[in-house]
Amino acid sequence: MTVSRRDFFKITGAGTAAVSSIGLTTEAVAETKTTATNKAVLDYPATLIAKVNDLKINKPVMFGYPDNRSPCQLIKMGHAIPGGVGPEQDIVAYSSLCPHMGCPVMYDGDSRSFKCGCHFSVFDPEMEGQQVCGQATENMPRIELIYDAKKDAVYAAGVHGLIYGRLANII
Amino acid sequence: MSESNDRIPLPPKNAQITNLVCHFCIVGCGYKAYKWPENYEGGRKPDENALGLDFTQQLAPFQACLTPKMVNKIKDNNGKRYNIMIVPDKNCVVNQGLASTRGGMMAHLMYNGKGPSASRLTHPEVYLGANWTKTSWEQALAIYSGVTKKILDNDGPDEIFFNLFDHGGAGGGFENTWGSGKLIFTALGTKMVRIHNRPAYNSECHASRDMGINELNNSYEDAELADVIWSIGNNPYESQTNYFLVHWLPNLQGGTTDKKKKWFPNETVERGRVIFVDPRRTTSIAITESVAGKDNVLHLELNPGTDAALFNGLLTYVVEQGWIDHKFIKERTTGFEEAAKANHMSLEECSQITGVPVEQIKKAAEWSYKPKASGHMPRTMHAYEKGVIWGNDNYRIQSAIVDLVLATGNVGGRRGAGVVRMGGHQEGYARPPYPGPRPAFYIDEEIIAGKGKILTTWACDAFRTTVQAENYRKAVIHRANIVRDAINNARGATNEQLVDVIYDAITNKGGLFLVSIDIYRKPIGEAGHMILPGAVPGEIDLTSMNGERRIRLSERFMDPPGIAKADSLIAADIANAIKVRYEQEGNKKMAERFEGFDWKTPEDAFNDGFRMANKKDVDSQGGSTGDLVTYDRLRELGNNGVQLPVKEIKDGKLIGTEVRYTEKFDTKDGRAKFLPARYNGFLPLAQKEKDKYHFWINNGRVNELWQSQYNDEHVEFRVNRWPMSLVEIGAADAKQLGIKNGDLVEIYNDYGSTQAMAHIVPTMKKGQVFMLAMGYDGTAGDVVTPAVDRNIVPYYKGTWGNVRRVGDAGFNKTVTFKSRQFI
Repeated sequence: MTVSRRDFFKITGAGTAAVSSIGLTTEAVAETKTTATNKAVLDYPATLIAKVNDLKINKPVMFGYPDNRSPCQLIKMGHAIPGGVGPEQDIVAYSSLCPHMGCPVMYDGDSRSFKCGCHFSVFDPEMEGQQVCGQATENMPRIELIYDAKKDAVYAAGVHGLIYGRLANII
Repeated sequence: MSESNDRIPLPPKNAQITNLVCHFCIVGCGYKAYKWPENYEGGRKPDENALGLDFTQQLAPFQACLTPKMVNKIKDNNGKRYNIMIVPDKNCVVNQGLASTRGGMMAHLMYNGKGPSASRLTHPEVYLGANWTKTSWEQALAIYSGVTKKILDNDGPDEIFFNLFDHGGAGGGFENTWGSGKLIFTALGTKMVRIHNRPAYNSECHASRDMGINELNNSYEDAELADVIWSIGNNPYESQTNYFLVHWLPNLQGGTTDKKKKWFPNETVERGRVIFVDPRRTTSIAITESVAGKDNVLHLELNPGTDAALFNGLLTYVVEQGWIDHKFIKERTTGFEEAAKANHMSLEECSQITGVPVEQIKKAAEWSYKPKASGHMPRTMHAYEKGVIWGNDNYRIQSAIVDLVLATGNVGGRRGAGVVRMGGHQEGYARPPYPGPRPAFYIDEEIIAGKGKILTTWACDAFRTTVQAENYRKAVIHRANIVRDAINNARGATNEQLVDVIYDAITNKGGLFLVSIDIYRKPIGEAGHMILPGAVPGEIDLTSMNGERRIRLSERFMDPPGIAKADSLIAADIANAIKVRYEQEGNKKMAERFEGFDWKTPEDAFNDGFRMANKKDVDSQGGSTGDLVTYDRLRELGNNGVQLPVKEIKDGKLIGTEVRYTEKFDTKDGRAKFLPARYNGFLPLAQKEKDKYHFWINNGRVNELWQSQYNDEHVEFRVNRWPMSLVEIGAADAKQLGIKNGDLVEIYNDYGSTQAMAHIVPTMKKGQVFMLAMGYDGTAGDVVTPAVDRNIVPYYKGTWGNVRRVGDAGFNKTVTFKSRQFI
């Protein structure tokens, strides 16, 4: 189970002496937010992205997820692909920030790949964001999508992988 | 931590921070290793964490290079648990905060018995009772020293064989090259040694060195200052990534023009240009065109094996045009007239042999050697790598290139120039002189012919990396099995009894005692009888130098796995075990041969070798001023280190050497030597395969995979991307053979057969394929001929074979086959 840093010291009885023996003090940790323990994953919002009817094949839709500081792209690829949702199982979405050093990637409709102009990493949206060639140590973070058949709409519901520039996907 | 890999713990402000140079390529990017107790985390505000970054909000691009692969949890031998974080050093002049996909993986690879490191060797192992079992250093050393001594006493040193690393970085370093070299060349005194990537003890740059020019003669900064950079048989984006990104690209983007104006007043300067010499369009070419514009990039797509002709033609043309540095030739070289005459080749003949159009050759020459508007000769840096080194007669091609460089004055102190190899791994060479001849022995051939009684393969695996690898594996496995049978029949034998059993098998039955010193089990180790566990930088202190001779100390911050140890200390253990045996029988003379290994730490080995080149016979990249370099001084210098050779100490600081040969070259008279180097066709064994088989089997590196993939084969992220070796094939050939993306393909010739995963690349030429070299599943070496140049340097690039479709293994369901080329 996860506990706040303050609770940890209370439970173990590790007082200031023990803490300062490794050079850390509770004062160094100013935040008091506790980690939610009612779920195994972060509390991701469910956000409506688009109506499937409005989507054009191979034309990305920009959106922010899980908040507006994290740019993402959703694309309807036109044929069933791994991780694709929707009636054709062809809708996917990814974080737009290159997992190498955070440059916004561009979508190239001709090659159907994401390209980062900073260090030339290339990623494949039709293979779960796999790095085709490049300097990242991760594939593109994939946005978990849910297709609501009644509304014929696609929602973002989570993230697989860590968005660049964050310690956890929810800030 | 959640399954989705979506959390990173921050180091607290007082986390331990040490310097670590990347384990892998020649560039040697600088990293910082943070270590702090588990269950503690730095806060998200910038003054609450050791990175000084504000994680209460989204970071901007470039503020960090930090992914879940850059953190890990470890446990030290005292049982305490820690978080570690290994991130690129923003203050390192080499990489300036960048990580490649390879170096960025280091934290993920460090030992904790989980993930990829679950496969790390923790103990010595012996093959007893028909299976592998862990053992103690005591037993391992008893058997190893017993067998070695018996061979030494009865048969002499030349029955003791080694396949031996000779470089820096992980699996290398000045400490480890010295320790192993002192054991092998001085104590044991054997000549029967080959190097990790080639089947003899030689240099990859004999030609350049014979001409007086060591192959690392400039600084990375020179790429920022050059008017033109030649990339000859070299794919820098994939093989020297951050050198290319941090130092070449700014020049090509025009970002260093102000710097050029400052350095070279009154000289015409503009953005740099690149000339690629490569039969294949690489990712580097695509990226360079994207960055510099197609007008500033020239790709000379020459026919395989014709490089010497290209440089013969260029030399002839520049001599005819008068675009040569007469003063430099007169004052600083010998042999120009003879070489110009010997290398003479008209542009027409050059074009006919190389397949490069005359106008392109002329254009390359104009860019590189025609005086600029200001009247100055262009500053042209010539960089080469394995297309030349593993090319059609290494010595000849290299001589032809250096001849052109000398004629145009692009080496010898000129900034923005130099004639350099780009490098593969880092460097870290300090050894007693090699006691054998030149050319040295073709060690593989000797082993295949039944010579040698013990083979120790040290931090390398020829099964995956050598020429005619299938023939080699067959011979070694067969001979090793003879020893296995003998051991298996000697049930309950003591160590000394085993020594006798092994000696009998290797003397009377044609067996080979096979020992692997490594950090993982490798195929060659698996075929043998003993495995000894080594350690990597971070687990041990280790010094190395990069492609601009920058030596740094990678500091130990954690313990090696189990009872594994530094290779220098393994060498010492072996020497000491043999010494004790000689002492016990009163053989003082031989015992003395094994003196001088009283080392407790790698620093002891560093002080005994690298730092003693001025006092005893040491071939060291630190030279005679190596004694000025100490661990303490290196610690102070951090990831910027100092460029060898050290010139002096000034105000307590080590002063290094930015470019070499400002006054004299490495020859008796101090002048560089031209060498005649006229193209004369293919090495015979290569020609034979070329006549018989249809496809040229080019082979080389892939960005995401490091060399023999000793880590990568254990990393999910790598194996998912590359479950098998890649083979690139053109669209027309693929269509004709019925090959789709992802199909399993067989490549075969007289030497062997190998399989790979097909990727259709529209720019591949008809009759040419490109396979990953040194792959763990799909070994290109199986079809490489044993053709070598006069110094036993192999022509890895020079093999031909047939290609057939095998079938569909489902790779296109999990692997991308989109274009790897940026444009």
